[in-house]
Amino acid sequence: MSLLSTILRRLVLLVFVVAGVAIVTFTISHLIPGDPAQMIAGDKASAETLAHVRQELGLDKPVTQQFVIYVKQLLSGDLGNSLRTRRPVATDIALFLPATLELGITALLMAILIGVPLGALSAIYKDGPVDQAARVVSVAGISMPVFWFGLALIIVFYVKIPILPGSARLDLGITAPPRMTGFFLIDSLVAGDLAAFRSTLYHLVLPAFVLAFANLGIITRQIRASMLDVLQEDYVRTARANGLSRSTIILRHALPNALIPSVTLLGLAFGDLLYGAVLTETIFAWPGMGSYVVSSIQTLDFPAIMGFTVVASLGYVLINLAVDLTYMVLDPQIRELG
Amino acid sequence: MSAAQGDILLDIDDLSLEFRTFRGPVKALNGISLNVRAGEIVGVVGESGCGKSVTMMAATRLLPKGGAHITGGAVRLFGSDPMKLSERELQHVRGRQVSTIFQEPMNALNPTRRIGEQVIEVIRRHQRLSSAAARQKAIGLLRDMLISEPERIMQAYPFELSGGMRQRVLIAMAFSCEPKLIIADEPTTALDVTVQALILSLIRQKAVSTGTAVVFISHDMAVVSQLCDRLYVLYAGRVAESGATAAVLAAPAHPYTRALIRCLPGLAAPKRPLEQIPGTLPDMLNPPAGCLFRARCREADERCIEVPPLSPIDPARRAACWRRIEEAEAA
Repeated sequence: MSLLSTILRRLVLLVFVVAGVAIVTFTISHLIPGDPAQMIAGDKASAETLAHVRQELGLDKPVTQQFVIYVKQLLSGDLGNSLRTRRPVATDIALFLPATLELGITALLMAILIGVPLGALSAIYKDGPVDQAARVVSVAGISMPVFWFGLALIIVFYVKIPILPGSARLDLGITAPPRMTGFFLIDSLVAGDLAAFRSTLYHLVLPAFVLAFANLGIITRQIRASMLDVLQEDYVRTARANGLSRSTIILRHALPNALIPSVTLLGLAFGDLLYGAVLTETIFAWPGMGSYVVSSIQTLDFPAIMGFTVVASLGYVLINLAVDLTYMVLDPQIRELG
Repeated sequence: MSAAQGDILLDIDDLSLEFRTFRGPVKALNGISLNVRAGEIVGVVGESGCGKSVTMMAATRLLPKGGAHITGGAVRLFGSDPMKLSERELQHVRGRQVSTIFQEPMNALNPTRRIGEQVIEVIRRHQRLSSAAARQKAIGLLRDMLISEPERIMQAYPFELSGGMRQRVLIAMAFSCEPKLIIADEPTTALDVTVQALILSLIRQKAVSTGTAVVFISHDMAVVSQLCDRLYVLYAGRVAESGATAAVLAAPAHPYTRALIRCLPGLAAPKRPLEQIPGTLPDMLNPPAGCLFRARCREADERCIEVPPLSPIDPARRAACWRRIEEAEAA
């Protein structure tokens, strides 16, 4: 099974997944109580105004017809207009999603860069001081709720010892770099604006660490477990019997193979990070998807909620595809045998 | 004993070792003495659990850390004590001077790396060769193992090869740095009967042509008898009998060796039911006093309450059995 045919096959499946998600979100949005027209027109609106708003939103048409219109719009990339911001939902998502992705990707990188070496060292020096310390970190990460840990970090590093900013993406007085990708780190570098880059980096530290910390624990434990398995494999003994150096055995034989079962976990962790971002963004006043969705839910902004759900499920499917492709790169047995 | 004139490469003297378990120390080795000279092929036989592999892995310090503790005796490997070598010094001994071929070839190669990379890696670890030269050398080694398309095999992953093929790759790897000693730990046990003979003859031919000494660990008396110049028969972590293969087979001294030979089809009279040795190995957590084979021995008597020392019973042989020692003294 070649890489390309896998990608193609999965992209075809993607259509079905998104169709399923569209049906489910559409159905739920029409089943739950609450009248969007009433929300928009206000409590005191006359029956005429309400009817007018309904007509404008297409809510007066039969449900089946509404669904057909919805699907047609989806296919052309139109997610409808937000009832709250009055802008196209697609525009809103393009505006807020990069902030969340920047936070999520930074957090994932942090979790990997700390978690993988920590897990590997815990396995190599099993029951040693590093292993014990990593165990404490893991349990703390898994058991501390994000809202509590986030607030605690803000109190320590923003209030008591003010060395790091506690909210927003940039310092006051620093203007956002010209928008290209929406990732401030990238945009500021492209614009050559080092002040903005520095400011973005500082602002990322606390929220990204909070977000990374929970997954850090899981990643550390997973890497430790698979590393312990691999270290007692026969091929590690062969490598030792042939006099290969310790660093070769660990870095070229054991660790790459120990990473394979962790790839699924990393994919799941990324999904988890995006979902965890809702809380983290609220605590750190981070203008991302999380805050946008929370406001949309509070105002029964159905097009926005449905649009986000479709985009999020698309993202999940793509992450899973990325996981499977990573497997094929790392494991020749999957690559060659399919 | 034609090849036994060389220097002593490995000298194990009265080695005792135990595994510390939650239930107490398991006395796996109880005073093993064994030596291997340059260029000779030595067999180490005995049933599972008698200490064959543990002895050799202790000598090359390949036993997993923590569990095994040496409680007595000494090992000299190429003149130095492996227990006193640093990890780095050991790495230079392993592969370059002594390498090991293990029982289970299925998992003995890294599943995610190509055969060629793995062979070349070992070659370049111990020899200053360019990668092109190392590659040529690897291809030559595989060809020596009668692998017909070595270039293709170099590109393959382990899961694409049969067990016999993998074992040939591992043998090629073991010989790649021209070690003086190879430990072959039941290299054919996990393989199809049809390829066993081929693997054994490949090891023997390569060893003879390069003058490499081989320690052949096996529970199969028939295999060992065809390959080895000298034999050690191990029982419960002790040497029961040692000597030239021909002498041991022609007139086994120790009752355990006799029992092992009686278990073989064909070597004795044909068309008789195969024998088995009654009983099992003693409990090594609480080994009984005296000769450890006593409970299963046909010839045991009251003298066997004391441990018989491994003593010369004729010019070619040593045995640890009171009866043989007495007979030898009487003669």
